[in-house]
Amino acid sequence: MASLIPCPHCGPRPKEEFTVRGAVLPRPAADAPVEEWQAHVYLRENPRGDYAEHWHHSGGCRRWLVVKRNTATHAVHSVTDAAEGRP
Amino acid sequence: MTSHRLPTGGRLDRSRRVEFSFDGKALHGHPGDTLASALLANGQRLMARSFKYHRPRGVITAGSAEPNALMTIGREGRTEPNTRATMAELYQWLEANSQNRWPSLDQDIGALNGLLSRFLGAGFYYKTFMWPASFWEKVYEPIIRRAAGLGRATTLQDPDRYEKTWAHCDLLVIGGGAAGLAAALTAARAGASVVLADEGMELGGGMLSDPASWPQLAEILAELATLGVRLLPRTTVFGWYDGNVFGAVERVQKHLAVPSPDAPIERLWRIAARQAVLASGAEERPMVFAGNDIPGIMTASATASYLHRQAVAPGKRTAILTQGPAGFTLAAQMEALGLEVAALVSLGNGPAWQGKAPLIRGIPGKAIGGKSLKSLQIEGGPRIEADAIAMSGGFSPVIHLACHRGARPVWSDARHAFLAPSEQDGLLIAGAAAGLSGHAACLGDGAARAAAALARIGLRAEPAFGPAPEDAVAQAPLGELGKTKAKKFVDYQNDVHAKDLTLAAAEGYADAELAKRYTTSGMATDQGKLGNINAAAILAKARGTTIAAVGLTTFRPFYTPVSFGALAGTSRGHDFQPTRLSPLHGWAKTLGAEFVETGLWLRSAWFPRAGETGWRQSVDREVLTVRRAAGLCDVSTLGKIEIFGTDAAEFLNRIYCNGFAKLPVGRARYGLMLREDGFIYDDGTTSRLATDHFYMTTTTALAAGVMTHLEFCAQALWPDLDVRIASATDQWAQMAIAGPMARQILQRIVEADLSNEAFPFMAAREVPLKGGIMGRLFRISFSGELAYELAVPAGYGEAVADAIMAAGAPEGICAYGAEALAVLRIEKGHVTHAEINGTVVPADLGMGKMVSPVKPDFIGKHLLHREGLTDPQRPQLVGVVPLDPATPLRTGSHVLAKGAAATLENDQGYLTSTAHSPHLGHSIALALVAGGSQRHGEEVVVWDGLNDAAIPARLTSPVFIDPKNEKLHA
Repeated sequence: MASLIPCPHCGPRPKEEFTVRGAVLPRPAADAPVEEWQAHVYLRENPRGDYAEHWHHSGGCRRWLVVKRNTATHAVHSVTDAAEGRP
Repeated sequence: MTSHRLPTGGRLDRSRRVEFSFDGKALHGHPGDTLASALLANGQRLMARSFKYHRPRGVITAGSAEPNALMTIGREGRTEPNTRATMAELYQWLEANSQNRWPSLDQDIGALNGLLSRFLGAGFYYKTFMWPASFWEKVYEPIIRRAAGLGRATTLQDPDRYEKTWAHCDLLVIGGGAAGLAAALTAARAGASVVLADEGMELGGGMLSDPASWPQLAEILAELATLGVRLLPRTTVFGWYDGNVFGAVERVQKHLAVPSPDAPIERLWRIAARQAVLASGAEERPMVFAGNDIPGIMTASATASYLHRQAVAPGKRTAILTQGPAGFTLAAQMEALGLEVAALVSLGNGPAWQGKAPLIRGIPGKAIGGKSLKSLQIEGGPRIEADAIAMSGGFSPVIHLACHRGARPVWSDARHAFLAPSEQDGLLIAGAAAGLSGHAACLGDGAARAAAALARIGLRAEPAFGPAPEDAVAQAPLGELGKTKAKKFVDYQNDVHAKDLTLAAAEGYADAELAKRYTTSGMATDQGKLGNINAAAILAKARGTTIAAVGLTTFRPFYTPVSFGALAGTSRGHDFQPTRLSPLHGWAKTLGAEFVETGLWLRSAWFPRAGETGWRQSVDREVLTVRRAAGLCDVSTLGKIEIFGTDAAEFLNRIYCNGFAKLPVGRARYGLMLREDGFIYDDGTTSRLATDHFYMTTTTALAAGVMTHLEFCAQALWPDLDVRIASATDQWAQMAIAGPMARQILQRIVEADLSNEAFPFMAAREVPLKGGIMGRLFRISFSGELAYELAVPAGYGEAVADAIMAAGAPEGICAYGAEALAVLRIEKGHVTHAEINGTVVPADLGMGKMVSPVKPDFIGKHLLHREGLTDPQRPQLVGVVPLDPATPLRTGSHVLAKGAAATLENDQGYLTSTAHSPHLGHSIALALVAGGSQRHGEEVVVWDGLNDAAIPARLTSPVFIDPKNEKLHA
């Protein structure tokens, strides 16, 4: 993984300051069928290529971030605040 | 033993003597010596026994690729095995010992392996130890393990300290030879921030072996210092990582007799470089001929290095084997110093030769000698009396780092070598590492590469040196030489010889990666730095293909071995992780508490008093005191989170499975937090201090996890909610005051009415304390008694605790610790993470009715009612008591139906928590038992497999005291 992660709030910081949660998945609607919830909780893609993940800047600003990266090349395409673009 | 030190010359400080020992023998050298050069100067050529055949070995290089001269240096906790004598600087009273020999280096029994060598060829282990399979673990592996390895690591504590640090720069230059120095100078003159790292003890690389270039070297180093370049000698850049971050280890004090305690012994650098120039030079290729491992044989560049840097002659009569001009240059230098060159054997085209030594066109047939070289037989030619051989089989650029991020080495027909792609993102390659030869050419190339690297980041730099022609033509790898079947070593460190590789090819393992694993060629500390190119040449010939087609094995970090100490840095022993102390730690210590590690915390476990002989005695007393009078317990380690915002109530309503939206101001509520899969995540009480302000407590174990969870929910799931969260665990000292006398004691220090009417069960609000500070008081109870928790700003914690203890003295209040707290909560049937273990849902704990049926959404709602999570036969919380009150129950024991055999199929659950209840006078337990909520009163067997006990017991309600909660509401 990239050694330095460009936090939108703190600038480039060593990856050890971050904690990875996993894929960015929209939470299903409250009235979604149980199958959709089941998939949300248990099913994950494991792509070779572009991937968007939730990372926590746990050793820094403590903001949750969306890290878009490539699992094959390790390139980090973008890092944005998880709240960005949400209502 | 004769001295090989020349009377003059070298970069030594001859005015000072450095005493050292080798295998107990007292020797001396000078500052400027490596251990290898000092041994050579003392005539000690036999330095090691080889790994497999225990052959006598001497030093073969003067650098980090050394495969032979591995020894154990240092003593006691500083003992370091497998140290390359070529990289160890001599220091006063250094102790070095040879390895892999018994009883001595000179007389080594293991050398008998040499006689068995026809059975120890490639794939020997795989073929020999196949059958019977059961023998592998019991017989073969222990024997092989005992025989394997070289040095032995010490089991003593390392007395030195290590540290880690970061550096950031415009340009990192790796390698301090001609190309690297020119690159650093070019960049520094342009105003760039520059780090220059070199693995050697002195900067200069190959220039150090060329006295003619010393004045120029001194000038460059002086200018670099004035320009503020960070010069890191003794620093090996061992890996290139994503984001153009390089790992390096600096041997800060490894060369000092007495390391200062004020500095680390080694420092691990992570260098974030905008650009880097790799100027790591080239490795001279050994020649693969019979007897090429006899002590006295080394590469020509190593010979030159010892000769010029440490004024050590390789021997009395040196034969020089060379494929290109390198050997001619060395021969001329040696004759100029008055040293005898026995013969100059040229395997290819060399320049004209006007020296005294006879020039022979031919190839080496066989070197003759045992522990020291005696002569060299030229194939189909004369036998040359010589006690030293300097060999030059051409050069291989050192490209490891450039291939650490996936780039593959590419064969260059022009350079007769594998090269790395010369231009990668963030890294350019310069000088001999790019295949060039000659200091002038390397200076020019290094300067040009640095300018190009800086141009990539928008900095203009003028090359410090202009282009210059090279001084030699590249030479093709030679592969195996001579017809004899005798051993010709390719990989010295692993004792792999040419025949092993041809055998591997014949048996179908001719692929470079397969041959490596089949023969072990290219493994261990030198990772094939010397041997891989010759192995590739031999495999290519065996397969009838080209070296390019065979290729090299993958280069991975680390370039050379890195000590565990450097990688661990300061994270060891007591400092492996932080220790968190409660604000009441000093208070507990004063009262003589015994402490227990709980995660990062030290918690007071119990408070022994005079006359108490065991922990149980103290804990029983504390429990009974709480039940009869009152006790004070430090609960500051609980997670404490402040939640603010106009939507804070709505936020908590979504976080907990039970309702929080309508919690009145001034009230606390017990909450269950689920995971999205429906299982319980954590529990705790949350109090509403104002309409838009809540104070949450979590368990000690999951304080950090819950905080992270809340942040995720607030930021990523529901950023539309107006809510702000702050951890306040360290800001508050929190203490539980529990017991029937708790109210009257507390009332003496609180300036507010604590009557049941004014401050009922689950009341929560700020109260003024006598003395003027504000506290947060909660009427909540983990013990089942009339109880309060009082939080005060951390700095006031000890004073408030002292005040309460003084106020409660008439009632006989006692301090109680985590052990008594555990007994009290088990007696009351309260759960902790022993029960909330990731497999239980609220109904399993009898809390199914807490789950809100009306809330449209909360974390965990949607998968909570899945089939399987509503099964009435799920393990459910019950109490367990032994039928015989004298029999103790043990946590982890399993529950069986009466008469059932102890099998997996018959398992009905297990005991999650056990305690001796001083209140009841016998052992009690909480357990998760299949369908347990409907089985109160049933007799079962508690099976304790560890102690081979089957204890008749009864399932009960999990609440052992005050089932009607009269104490709570008193």
